Amino acid sequence: MSLDRRSSPLLRPGLLRAVVGAALGAAIGAGVLMLANATIKLNAQPGHLLGLGYIGAFFGFLLGIGAFRFWLTWASGRQVDEAEEHAAHGTAGDWTRYLRFTTDHKVIGVQYLVTAFVMFMAAGIGAMFMRLELAQPGLLIGKEAYNTAMSTHGAMMITVALISIIGGLGNYLVPIMVGARDMAFPKANALSYWMLPIPVLMVAINPLLGGFDTGWTAYPPLSQQANLGQQAYLMAFVTVGFSSILSSINFLTTVFRMRAPGMTLMRMPIFVWALTVTATLGLIATSVVAGAFTMVLFDRLIGTSFFRATRGGDVILFQHLFWFYSHPAVYIMAVPGLGAVLEIVPVFARKPLFAYPIAVLAFIMIGVMSFMVWAHHMFVSGMAEYFHIPIMLTTELISVPTGVVFLAAIGTIWMGRIRFRVPMLWVFGFLWAFLVGGITGVYLADVPTDIALSDTFFVVAHFHYTIIGSTIFGLFAGTYYWFPKITGRMYDERLGRIQFWWFAIAFNLTFLPMFWLGIEGMRRRVADYPAELGGVNLFVSVMAVNIALSVGLFVYLMVRAWMRGPRAEANPWEAQTLEWQCTSPPPVENFEHIPVVTGTPYQYGSPPMAAIPPSTAPAPGHPAP
Amino acid sequence: MSAQGPATAVSAGHGSLGHGPEDVARSRSNMLFGVRLGIASEVMLFGALFAAYFVIRSDAGAWPPPEFGGERPEILLPGINTLLLVSSSVTMQLGVWAATRGDRGRLLRWMGITLLLGFAFLCIQAYEYLNNGFGLRDGVFGSTFYTLTGFHGAHVLIGLAFIAVMANRARRGLVSAEHHTGIEAASYYWHFVDVVWLFLFSTVYVF
Repeated sequence: MSLDRRSSPLLRPGLLRAVVGAALGAAIGAGVLMLANATIKLNAQPGHLLGLGYIGAFFGFLLGIGAFRFWLTWASGRQVDEAEEHAAHGTAGDWTRYLRFTTDHKVIGVQYLVTAFVMFMAAGIGAMFMRLELAQPGLLIGKEAYNTAMSTHGAMMITVALISIIGGLGNYLVPIMVGARDMAFPKANALSYWMLPIPVLMVAINPLLGGFDTGWTAYPPLSQQANLGQQAYLMAFVTVGFSSILSSINFLTTVFRMRAPGMTLMRMPIFVWALTVTATLGLIATSVVAGAFTMVLFDRLIGTSFFRATRGGDVILFQHLFWFYSHPAVYIMAVPGLGAVLEIVPVFARKPLFAYPIAVLAFIMIGVMSFMVWAHHMFVSGMAEYFHIPIMLTTELISVPTGVVFLAAIGTIWMGRIRFRVPMLWVFGFLWAFLVGGITGVYLADVPTDIALSDTFFVVAHFHYTIIGSTIFGLFAGTYYWFPKITGRMYDERLGRIQFWWFAIAFNLTFLPMFWLGIEGMRRRVADYPAELGGVNLFVSVMAVNIALSVGLFVYLMVRAWMRGPRAEANPWEAQTLEWQCTSPPPVENFEHIPVVTGTPYQYGSPPMAAIPPSTAPAPGHPAP
Repeated sequence: MSAQGPATAVSAGHGSLGHGPEDVARSRSNMLFGVRLGIASEVMLFGALFAAYFVIRSDAGAWPPPEFGGERPEILLPGINTLLLVSSSVTMQLGVWAATRGDRGRLLRWMGITLLLGFAFLCIQAYEYLNNGFGLRDGVFGSTFYTLTGFHGAHVLIGLAFIAVMANRARRGLVSAEHHTGIEAASYYWHFVDVVWLFLFSTVYVF
């Protein structure tokens, strides 16, 4: 409490102190090095200044926001102030809790979600610059600017895809869905969110540092030679990785140790299962890419030669390490979207989820197999020949569990009494987009066709169909579905429908022609192209602007609904999972009494899966936990 | 906000980790579970470093590659370090058992010895770094040697800090037979650091 009584807002933990802390930290980090430069002739380069300045700013920001308050008290062996700890939950209805180091998982979920949408729009601006350049043959904004727009768009969108569903919807919903009061480690949860602003800012300002050319993949040797913007991206990505690992630990511990009585693993909502697989992938794979990026940074900054061929290094090694993370990362992005879709389908088809145990198994198999397919990104890289066929086969095999997930959605819709509300429209949008993305993926999995199509717009179209198809359609579906729960307000259904159709049509008309462009030989990551492709590219650019406008409509309708939409009921969709049994929005700590779960989450036509508050006697047929 | 009672359903009797009375006991084993998961992630980090080491080493004709100079360090000092680290794992575990019995005196003594052993390890490593005939910039051999052992050294330092914090808390009487989760977590981490060293020692120095 003592800290909170400080009168000056500069001394109180919060955003203002965090900004000051970040500036101070950067100054100290860079200043120490400059001092060393002047006194002991260290010969530090701008990259070193940026590196230490970044580390200083990162920790300064966290100290300023108050992230380490509890741990520093704990580590020094003093008594932890329980009242202060409790205040860290934030009070319901107080909007400033969204700007503070708040440990309530629902606040953190909203923080993640809003941050993700803001980044989504910022990354969209990068895409607009790209489509501006590509609208006509020849050069308009120039090659360097195009490369920077492309790389920044990629880096930001990857981060959006990594954090939006699991960080936003997952944080908000998983504890409620498993019947817990909060995540297992609420303070680490808040820390994983507040680790993000500095790296995100770093990526956003990279054009000021000279931009970068490599795209999000950061292949050496280019990433070793490129300027400071490249280094900013590498450092930022490693930091986002740490945040991702921390939140993965939190999710897994929550799911495996915090479930309510009666909430067996096979009674968990499918969304929770999807996020469990996602968190496992994030936990295991992320540190590999952090290691690989650190090696690039070492090569740049302290003179190692991991990826310097002239000094015995191996460039292909980077690609192996990178894709060993980044192919599972595709599933870290896609699986939460699939989970959200499968969660929504039964509610609007009014049927139990088709083949629930098989779908769970399919998610697990996707997770396991995602570690066996990474080298399909490298068929043209010059890697060992004998590796091509096995990777081609595993890549084709992974479409089996993915297809099973797809089938679970179709099977649920089959013969259902479908309610065509906005979330369900997004589910249908997902089905089409992910189908196109999946089928075109087969051509990229097969070595012969991949060699022809590699690095063309066919690849661009394919991964936008898979990642937008799963993550972004899932994110929109989930946001429309859980919006009344999160805000306690209802949005305008009619505007929501318009927004869906606008986005879905513009999305398809943007990316479908890209398959054709790719087959015609249009190269990706190149600012110019053959003049005869100009007409189609102009059309694509116009459609891309429409995507941006439809997202603008989404923001307008969400903000308007949040501010003055009609009050939502506790369970407007008549769903069965636990979060709909709470008020909208749920109170701090979610449940007055921890619920006792007596059934599966999709019993349409029967009583809900749990009664709140529960009776103390165990339900018949279910032994007391 | 009407159906299920007031929005502030914060009940009294919160424990030190603060999420409802039923969670206090559980939060302790949560911490151990979380530490195990964190170690899994760390294993993958070292996995990436080892993968880089093996690939680069198999690319090279001879090890160390003659064209960039450098000779593999003598086995004596790292051998001593291996003994130090393995015995520190034993002393750490003895400390954990003392904590389980609630024997604060023995706990503090064993943790002190562990700290000394770990510190000696770092001193010897520093001495070795200063007297090796090759540097970080000397081609892939220097790069892999210093990066792998350096990452491990950093983990030793983190482990020592963790143990020091726990020893301080034990000294202040915050550790007992019922409340020694932190000691156990520190021991998990310390054993992990030890095992990584065994792999490092055998690949970087011996084979």
